[in-house]
Formats: sequence, C-alpha cells, structure tokens
Amino acid sequence: MGNNLIEKYYRTERLPHIWCPGCGNGIVLRAIVKAIDNLGVNKDEVCVVSGIGCSSRATGYLDFNTVHTTHGRALAFATGIKFANPDLYVIVITGDGDCAAIGGNHLIHAARRNIDITTVVFNNNIYGMTGGQYSPTTPTGDKGTTAPYGNIDPNFDLCELAKSAGATYVSRSTVYGANMITKQVEEGIKNKGFSFIEAMTICPTYYGRKNRKGDAPDMINQLKEMTINIDAYNKLPQEQRIGKIAIGELYKEPREEYIEKYNRLMNSF
Amino acid sequence: MDGNSKRLMQGNEACVEGAITAGMRFFAGYPITPSTEIAEISAARLPRIGGKFIQMEDEIASISVVIGASLAGKKAMTATSGPGFSLKQEGIGYAIMAEVPCVIVNVQRGGPSTGLPTSPAQGDIMQARWGTHGEHSIIALYPSTVREIFDTTIRAFNLAEKYRTPVILLMDEVIAHMREAVELPNKDEIEIYNRKKPSVSPEEYKPYKVLEGDIVPEMANIGEGYRYHVTGLMHDESGAPTNDNNIAEEQILRIVNKINNNVDDIVDYEEYKLDDAEEVIIAFGATARSAKSTVDILRDKGRKVGLFKPITIWPSPQKQVLELAKKMKRIIVVEMNMGQYLLEVERIAGKYTEVLGYGRVNGELITPMEIAKFVEEG
Repeated sequence: MGNNLIEKYYRTERLPHIWCPGCGNGIVLRAIVKAIDNLGVNKDEVCVVSGIGCSSRATGYLDFNTVHTTHGRALAFATGIKFANPDLYVIVITGDGDCAAIGGNHLIHAARRNIDITTVVFNNNIYGMTGGQYSPTTPTGDKGTTAPYGNIDPNFDLCELAKSAGATYVSRSTVYGANMITKQVEEGIKNKGFSFIEAMTICPTYYGRKNRKGDAPDMINQLKEMTINIDAYNKLPQEQRIGKIAIGELYKEPREEYIEKYNRLMNSF
Repeated sequence: MDGNSKRLMQGNEACVEGAITAGMRFFAGYPITPSTEIAEISAARLPRIGGKFIQMEDEIASISVVIGASLAGKKAMTATSGPGFSLKQEGIGYAIMAEVPCVIVNVQRGGPSTGLPTSPAQGDIMQARWGTHGEHSIIALYPSTVREIFDTTIRAFNLAEKYRTPVILLMDEVIAHMREAVELPNKDEIEIYNRKKPSVSPEEYKPYKVLEGDIVPEMANIGEGYRYHVTGLMHDESGAPTNDNNIAEEQILRIVNKINNNVDDIVDYEEYKLDDAEEVIIAFGATARSAKSTVDILRDKGRKVGLFKPITIWPSPQKQVLELAKKMKRIIVVEMNMGQYLLEVERIAGKYTEVLGYGRVNGELITPMEIAKFVEEG
C-alpha cells in the first residue's frame, strides 16, 4: 500500500529525500498523499505550495503541480494560484518558522479571507534547515542554538491563532497517529474555506539532541504522552490540562469562502 | 476601451488601461502613495471584465500573489512606490529565477525610507537594476507622457511574456499624477504578445529547457496537465533543485543572456532634435519633459542641443549612447537623483566625450530653465 502511494504520487527519480534519519516529515507527507488518494482527486488538479525550510522541501518530491516559494510566502503564492484558477485543489505545506514567524502575517490574512486553501504545518518546534535555532513554537525554556540558556519567548498555539484569525477548519494531530493526520487533511480539503492542520512532528537531529529528548521512537512516544483527544481534554479539570496538548478536530464553523464572495460581486455587474 | 476619442487621463489611469489592454486580468497591491490610483482603478475595473483584484496584507504578499497568479496563467501586475519596491525585491528575484512573467510598477517618490511620499524623485534607477540579490538581468521601462504610459505598460506585459521575466515599469510622482489629453490607439493597432505554451506532450515537457529557435522555455500554466516543479532554488531543465556547479552556471548565464542578447529588441527610446546637435541631454520620465523644453529654449538662443530619452532604462541603450558619445561634444545627464544613470552613461560614453551630470534630490521637479542654465554655465 505504502509503496503504491510512492509510485503513484512521488517523483521517485528525485528520491532519496534530504531529510535526516528519524525525521518525522516523511510520515506527515505520506499522510497528506494518502488523504489525496482517499479523495480520488486528479493529480493535475492538485497544486502543492511550500515555503522554505525542511518541510517545504516536500514539494520537490511530489508528482503534482508543485511550487516551492520564498520563506514565509507560501500562503501568498497559494492565494494567487487559487484565486487565478479556483478549480485547483491548493494545499500548502509549511513549517513552524515559515508559517508562524516570517509568514505569520500571511497566515492571519489567508485565514481571515477564508480562501479555500488547506494548510498543513509540519511543527517540529525548531528551525531545522539552518541547524537548530528556536522557533515561535519552541516551548519556553527549551534550548536551540540561538537559545543556549533556554528560550525565554512564550511559544505560539498555532491552532488558536488560526481559529482566532478566521480559519473555518482547525485541527491538530501528531506523527504518532498518522491516520489522524490523513483524516484531518481529507476534512481540510473537503472544507470549502481556509483549513489549518497542525501536524506535530519530530526533529531528533536538532530539537531532540539539544533538549535530550532521546531518539526518534522516544520522541514519537513523547508526542503520544503529551497529547490527548480534544473530547477527553475538555472533560479534564483545569489543573490537569497543564502540560497536555489537545489533538483532534478543534474547530469547524463554515462561512462563505473568499472566491465565492468575489464571484458573487463579479456576477452582480 | 476603444481609441480615437480624445480624453483627459491621469498617468496612473493610463497605466491600468494599458495593462487591461495588454491582457492583465489579475492585480494585487497594497496602498502606497503615489501609486495608489493604480490599485483603486484596478479594483473598480477588473471585477467588471472577469478579472481578479485583491488587496493584500503587505507589499511582499502582493508580489507573491502576482507570481502565483501568473504561474496559474493570468497576466498579473502589482504597483508600488519606493518603500514597497524595497520589500518586493524578494519576489522579483524569485520571478527572475523561476522565470515567471509579471509587471511591477514603481511610481518613484523621494527617499530613502519613507522620505518624501508625495514628491517626485528618480532615486530608484539603480534599485530597479540591482535591487534583488544575486547575478541577474532585468528589464525596466520608463515612460514620460500619459499616452506613453499606456503604450509602455502594454510593452511591459509583452516583454514579460516574451522573455519570461519580471518587468519593472518605472514612473514618478509627476507623470503618475499628471493629466493629459490623450488619444488611445485602436485595438487592431496594438500588438499583444502571449507566453508560448508547450508544443510537446506532458511526458516530454521539460519546464526549463529552451527549444531550438526559442529565447525562453515554453511555459505551461498550472492546471493544464503539465505537472512540474517551480522553485527559487537553482534547478535543472526538469525544474529539480540542484547544487551542480555546471548546471548552475549554464542556467544563470541563460537567464541573464536571454535579456543581454536581445537588447536591440528590448531597447526603446526617443530622440529630439538630435540631427545637427553638438550637445545632448539624456533624461527620462518627468525630467525628460523639462529637458525637451530646455532644448527648445537653447535652440532659440542658437545652441545646437538635442535630447535623448531612453524609454528602456535597463538594459541600457548602450549602442545608441555610444553613437552619441562619438558624435557629441558633451553629454549632460539630468535626473532627480545624484547621478545614478550618470554612472551608466559615463561607463558607456566616458572614454569618448565629456559626460556631465545634473541632479536634484529635494523633491522638486527640475525646471527647463534650470537645465538651460546648467548647460550654458556648466
């Protein structure tokens, strides 16, 4: 099954990929491809857009229309592609630094417009490509090469940010449960509007090593331990929620999509 | 819009009309003086003709969205002024590297930084050439009348499509906000160039391979069945990222030379009273308007002065300037900066004739009398 997906959707001549041994990005990428396969969408109608960073290299390996853009701007490029050709399924692959730091403004406004783009953030809590600097999602106190004494910044809750900015589908999952990522990407693509999926992944090479998190299986188990399904999370008393991260479908509230609104305006003349 | 009927038109308005005539069906921008009317008029016009207008959250988003729209098949434009032009350099570099046609209008105002937002300047001549990082070539055009803005905007789109490159349309506050009576050409008099689509099947298609007899690779739009990879990384003919030094050199030289080897096709200029001239003023944009009057003033006094007005600023009209250098006793470059184009003219002409520069950077237009005084006394 897995190999079928690779043959069907990957540019196999471009493999092997550049990711480190133990990196979680391959799990997230496969989950996305599986979602596209499950929906039975024609490859020619899919455009995958990415920014800069480890996760954003994913587009190079995929046999869709793929655009590897500049740092932080994937959502802006994707907005242009989708608005110019609304028939395309536009999926954005981005990372925590790409999406929440340099591209934070574009995330807020793409969500506000509710343009029909499905965004998957590969959140590994670190800038991996440049060698392990702290990102907006590095937990406070954790180390990076630019936070040798521990990060003093508060870390972003990206799902809360996306929801507040106007995303109409928001969910979180981890590489411990890849099927959940697939389900969420499917739902995201089906949602006619801006969908935001935070896929928590692992970077054993930089984040893991800097913070003594163990090897890849250890880190994947840590993801399992620190997360709890949203329904169970909501039932927990406040004091027991500390240190737990809710996963699952966090928010879903349809509203009119941006291009539909624009079309309504165009058709009014 | 059909031509013939004479009407009063603003420079920024002529830019939008020219763009729409050229086939622009996508505009993205961010409000900035003195270019804002271009966004405002696009916002009013485009939804009525099936085009897309979007006001983005910032200048970088605007150029990014324009590149995305062009990749998906639309002729797309953005407009800005100095501070926004600085921000757009990232996207301009991407469009050069990935060879994505688009038009970037820069209505120049006083700088640096926020500078003199409502005053004219010509301080971005070198930024238009070298604003984005890395080795590259660029096309930058600079009209000086309202009718010329219309024509040059069309040309900007044509060149962008023909050479698969971003084209910078320079203006300045004076010509952007100036109103003139213009008579637009009929549609059948206008030449429109559209990007060359793949002549091969998707299986055979190599997105960055130039076929024999062509200047640039054929361009498939996203969604037309030609799935390929677009990246700002160095890439090979298939679009795949590469660190191969030989491929890198080959690709960069190709991207630079597609412009450098076609200067004659790209260069456009106007000559005024040059036939018997012994001295020539070189000026562009609003300054060329003043310089034209200067020529008349000095001619009335018996001085044999002419004007050379480059409309294509980059690549520079090297051949034409060199010819002037060999004929003229003096070349006087007049510009609203401290000698940016002067550097280029000196480079070309300095060995053959005297090259002088006259500039002004206080936000005031250079007047005809002022130039005349400089020519007489300088």
